[in-house]
Amino acid sequence: MGVIKSIEELEKIRDQARELINLRKDNENKTRIVVGMGTCGISAGAREVLMAILDEIKKRNLTDVVVTETGCIGMCRFEPLVDVIKPNQPKVTYVNVNPEKARQIVARHVVNNQVIDEWVIPNI
Amino acid sequence: MKELSLHVLDIVENSLRAGATEVEIKIVEDSKKDVLSIEIKDNGRGMDEETAKKAIDPFFTTRTERKVGLGLPLLAQAAKAAGGGIAIQSTPSKGTTVRAWFKKSHIDLQPLGDMAKTISALVALHPEVDFIYTHVKEDRVFCFSTKELKERLQEVPINNPLVIDWILRFLKESLNKLSGGA
Repeated sequence: MGVIKSIEELEKIRDQARELINLRKDNENKTRIVVGMGTCGISAGAREVLMAILDEIKKRNLTDVVVTETGCIGMCRFEPLVDVIKPNQPKVTYVNVNPEKARQIVARHVVNNQVIDEWVIPNI
Repeated sequence: MKELSLHVLDIVENSLRAGATEVEIKIVEDSKKDVLSIEIKDNGRGMDEETAKKAIDPFFTTRTERKVGLGLPLLAQAAKAAGGGIAIQSTPSKGTTVRAWFKKSHIDLQPLGDMAKTISALVALHPEVDFIYTHVKEDRVFCFSTKELKERLQEVPINNPLVIDWILRFLKESLNKLSGGA
């Protein structure tokens, strides 16, 4: 793909994205997904987890999800950590996430509202 | 860390936590000189001389959650293992530049890894920051700037998942070309 062709594609994507944003305006209640991106998270695979989440959001055309990061929260042995915070619901923390689990978290929890209990942080 | 591009991600995260609004990432691969170098320059709050010296000590961190800070020490170790080193130059309230260099032919040199993913991840998580990524490979140069991109995107946020997907593909293809691929 040449640079010019890429830029043309980007402009198409921009227009496509713009339509989705317009739909989004009256929807204040967004789900937040937070990925741990401290040194511990990154070395445990957080980058691939993040990219899998973004890809899944793109594939499913989810417009009411925001992805952010946090640093090390002192639970390094459970990294990669992913929090899902749905509007008006308590935070759910998933531990030892990998790209495959991350995709399922998006599908089952973010989309279908079902917490995947067996991957949630144990009581510590 | 399994690859150098993960160190880059980690070190740039330091820059962002130091309040940087612009980060320049430069990778140089030079076979003639047998050097691979990584330079990360930010306009964050910077460090005084004493703090900059302590930054590669694993038992120094500004964080309070824990007593160790491993980002720079891990990079320093990776560089040392591959016949290189690191240098940190910092000015309070101006910014910090971290430079790491490696012997390109060294058997213990970690692979550079997936820079396209590292840059895409940074843009996705920090849409308000400007990233300038330059990659020099032998006599070829690739440059990517989020400033230009943001102008083209108009009001569409740069961290829109469709845009991030485009950035990832664009970087992958551009870096492939830089390596002589189609």
